[in-house]
Amino acid sequence: MSIALLAFGALRRNLMRSLLTSLGVIIGVGALIVTVASGEGSKAVLQAQLATLGTNLLIILPGSSTLGGARGGPGSGKPLTHADLLAISKGASAAHFAAPLDRTVVQVVLDNQNWLTTVFGSTPDFFAIREWTIARGRFFNDSESDSGAKVCVLGQTVAAQLFGSGEPLGQVVRAKAMPCQVVGVLAGKGQSSQGQDQDDLVVMPWVTFKSRMMSQDRIHVGSILVSAFSPDEVSHAQTQVIGVLRQQHRLSDNQPDDFTVRNLADLAATQEKAADAQTGMLRNVAAVSLLVGGIGIMNIMLVSVTERTREIGIRLAIGASENKVLLQFLVEAVVLSAAGGVIGIALGIAGAMTLATTMGWPFVVSPLWISVAFGISMAIGVVFGFYPARKAARMNPIDALRFE
Amino acid sequence: MAAEPIIRLAGITKTYKTGEVEVHALALVDLAVEKGEMLAIMGPSGSGKSTLMNVLGCLDQPSTGSYRFEGREVATLPKSALSELRLTAFGFVFQGFQLIARTSALDNVALPLVYADVPAHERRQRAMEALARVGLAGREDHTSAQLSGGQQQRVAIARALVNRPRLILADEPTGALDTRTSVEVLGLIQSLHKSGITVVMVTHEPDIAAYAGRVIVVRDGRILSDEKQVPHDAAADLIALPGQAA
Repeated sequence: MSIALLAFGALRRNLMRSLLTSLGVIIGVGALIVTVASGEGSKAVLQAQLATLGTNLLIILPGSSTLGGARGGPGSGKPLTHADLLAISKGASAAHFAAPLDRTVVQVVLDNQNWLTTVFGSTPDFFAIREWTIARGRFFNDSESDSGAKVCVLGQTVAAQLFGSGEPLGQVVRAKAMPCQVVGVLAGKGQSSQGQDQDDLVVMPWVTFKSRMMSQDRIHVGSILVSAFSPDEVSHAQTQVIGVLRQQHRLSDNQPDDFTVRNLADLAATQEKAADAQTGMLRNVAAVSLLVGGIGIMNIMLVSVTERTREIGIRLAIGASENKVLLQFLVEAVVLSAAGGVIGIALGIAGAMTLATTMGWPFVVSPLWISVAFGISMAIGVVFGFYPARKAARMNPIDALRFE
Repeated sequence: MAAEPIIRLAGITKTYKTGEVEVHALALVDLAVEKGEMLAIMGPSGSGKSTLMNVLGCLDQPSTGSYRFEGREVATLPKSALSELRLTAFGFVFQGFQLIARTSALDNVALPLVYADVPAHERRQRAMEALARVGLAGREDHTSAQLSGGQQQRVAIARALVNRPRLILADEPTGALDTRTSVEVLGLIQSLHKSGITVVMVTHEPDIAAYAGRVIVVRDGRILSDEKQVPHDAAADLIALPGQAA
C-alpha cells in the first residue's frame, strides 16, 4: 500500500508525461470499446430487421436451368405450381403457413391521381407469414381469396400518394383497368436495410392477380413462402419442403433439386457472420493499437528508469529491497495503463453513444467488454512494465548514486 | 578481551577488472571499530577509501576476507539480507545529499520507514521527530529545491537516523558545504555520536577529520596509519566562526 503511494507520488511529479504515456492505451481501449459497441449495435439492427422479415421464413423459388453452360437465374427452369403449394400445405407438418407469391409493377389509378407501384398476389396466409399488421380496415379473407374477388390492401405509401389525407377504405382504385375495392391499409414498416420503401405496395388475392394482372392460368406460382411454427423448426420444415417438392417433381435420387429453398435464418447467420468478421477485423486493429500503447508505456518507463537512476540508487542504498523497487515501478506502469484504460473506456462509451445516435443504432456496451478492456489495460501495465521495473531493481546502488 | 567490536574487517580485498587491467582497490585491510567510536577515514582520491566505505556500508561486497558486523559475518550474505541490514542497522549520509527531488523533506525522511513497513501515522511522527532533532522543525513541507545546502544535508542526516541505526556512515558529508555550514553539520554528527551511535566518516580534509576521535589514513588500498586523537568540539568552534547560523 505504501509502495503504491510512492508510485502515485512519482507519477504526480511528472503529470504531463504520465498523461502522454497513457495516451496509447487511452486510444487503444477507446477504439476497442467503440468497435465492439458499433459491432454489437449494427448486429442488433440487423437482427431487428431480420425479425421483421421473419426468421422462421422459407422462400421457395423455381430452379434455374443450364443452357450451353450458361446458367439462368431462378425461374429459368421448371416453374413451381399451385399443386406444389397444396402438397407443401398437406405434406410438410412443420410448416405453419404456406402462401403463393407473384408480383408485378403496375400503374395504380384513382380519378386523376396515379402511382407506379408493386402489386403482390397472394392469400391471407401471406400476411400471417410476413407478420404484417393492418392499420385500418381488414385483410381480404379466404373466400375473397379463393373466388378472385376484386379487393385489395394498400401499403401506407400508396394510400398516401393516391388519397392524401382522404379515406381510402371502400374506395375503388384501378390497376390495369381492373377496378378494385380497398378493404384495408397496412401498418407502416418503414425502410428496409437496403433503403427500400417497404410500404410502397398493393396486395390482392392471388387468383385475381393471376387472371387480371398477368392474364395467366392459375397453375404456375412465381414463388412460395412458408413459415415454420418457430425459428427452431425452420431447418426441419426446410427438409420436409424439399422432400415434398422432390416427390412432387418426381426427381430420382441422383437428380439435383429443380427448385431453391432459401432459409432466412441461414441468411441472417451469413449476414451476422459478415458483420462479425468486420467487427473482428476492427477489433484486431484496436488490439494492435493497444500493443503500440503498451510499447509506449515500456518505452517511457525505460526512459524514466534511466532518468531516475540516482533516485533508484538512493532507494536501494537506504535499504529498499529489490522486490520493493520492482513493485514500485510495476505499480507505476500498471497505474499508467489502468488509468489510460479507465479514460479510454469513458471516451469509448462517449464515442459509441455518439456513433449510435448518428447511425440510429441502439447503444450497446456490454459490461463484459468494459471489464475485458480494463483487464487488458491492467495486463499491459504488468507485461510492459515488468522489464523496466526489473531493470530498476537490479541496479547497482553505488553506480546508480554516481550517475549524473 | 573487550566486547566484540561493532565492525571487524579481516584480510579484506577488493579487486575490480577494467578490461585487461586488475585494480586492487583494497589490499588486505584489517580494521576493528569499537561500538561508540567516531572514526574518520582519510586518504587522497583513488586511495580506496570510498571502496572501504562501500564495503563497510554493505553497498559493495569484498572479493575476499571477512567482515563481521556486530559479530555476524556479512561478507557472504545474499543481497536481500544486505538491504535489510542497510535498512535497519545503518544510516547513510552522502556528499551530494542524495535527496529525492520534488519531494518534501518529510517524505524524504520517512522513506526508510516506508521500506521498513512502518505504519503511516507512526512514519509521520518519527519523521517529524527526526527533522526536529536536526533543527528543521517547520520545514517538513519544503522540497530540496527550497532548502539550502546545509539544510539539505540535515534532511539527509534526519533520514539516516530515522530508522534508529547503530552505525552512521557519512561519505564526505561536508564536501559540498562552506566552512561554517560544515562545522554545523559536524556538530550535528557529533551530537548523534554522543547519543551512542557509532560514526564512520570519509573525508580528504584534515580539518574535518579533526572532529573524529580516531583517524585512519588509507593509501593504495592499505591502511597507512591508525591514530587516536582528542576531537575538536564543533559546538565550541562554531562560536569562534564569523557569520550567522543558517
